[in-house]
Amino acid sequence: MTDDDDRVFKALADSTRRFLLDRLFARDGRTLTELESELEMTRFGVMKHLRVLEDAGLVVTRRQGREKLHYLNPVPIRLIHDRWIDKYTERRVSALVSLKTELEGTA
Amino acid sequence: MTTMTETKTTQVYQVFIRATPQAIWDAITKPEWTQRYGYRSIAEYELRPGGIYRGKATPEFQAMGMPEVVVDGEVIEADPPRRLVHSWRFLWDEEVKAEGPTRVTFEIAEGQAGVSKLTVTHELENAPTTAAQLAGEIDGAGGGWAFVLSDLKTLLETGESLPG
Repeated sequence: MTDDDDRVFKALADSTRRFLLDRLFARDGRTLTELESELEMTRFGVMKHLRVLEDAGLVVTRRQGREKLHYLNPVPIRLIHDRWIDKYTERRVSALVSLKTELEGTA
Repeated sequence: MTTMTETKTTQVYQVFIRATPQAIWDAITKPEWTQRYGYRSIAEYELRPGGIYRGKATPEFQAMGMPEVVVDGEVIEADPPRRLVHSWRFLWDEEVKAEGPTRVTFEIAEGQAGVSKLTVTHELENAPTTAAQLAGEIDGAGGGWAFVLSDLKTLLETGESLPG
């Protein structure tokens, strides 16, 4: 569904939102307060970014008692991966990604 | 291994599928469907509390050294076509088997315009290797739930699954 893809690409086109996804990738099930503590941004600002990520399906929330926990949902990214990167290009792309990682010394 | 020590204890996956809740329920619980997407396991469910669940490997996977039954569990709740909860224990080697049972919940909600929402919540306390496999973090062990659900969506919406 193109609308969904648009929402995912738009959600990813922002460094704060990518940072939030990276934090959730490292460990998810986090509260707004936890996520907010890692950003120089108002609570309201973080909420707005999380809302965009939720609308794109990249973040799913669950209530646990009084807390709202945020989880990274990788399925929309996987769908884009499966749609745009076939298994042959994937091999080439991953070779380039490893080369880039190695050259930039971030391995 | 820093990311492994932080392995999530609960994983949540969500996907919108242009299909009825019943079609999604069948695709999860009926072997003729489970053989057509993801790891192509052959599911066996007794859809009542206390009933058995088994995921069997295809003959191809068995030829590669997989046991016949790759996952087993016990059905905790079965409310077709909306909610299915069962325990889940991987059996593909002694290490994961020793991690013991985890718990998976499938929730299917009917949405607008024939699109349903499938949410898979997998609780993985004390099961780091099982969790890593399901998150697609083990090389050579496939893409885990994200891969399975992406493929399931493709199969139900197009009648075809992703190339193996």
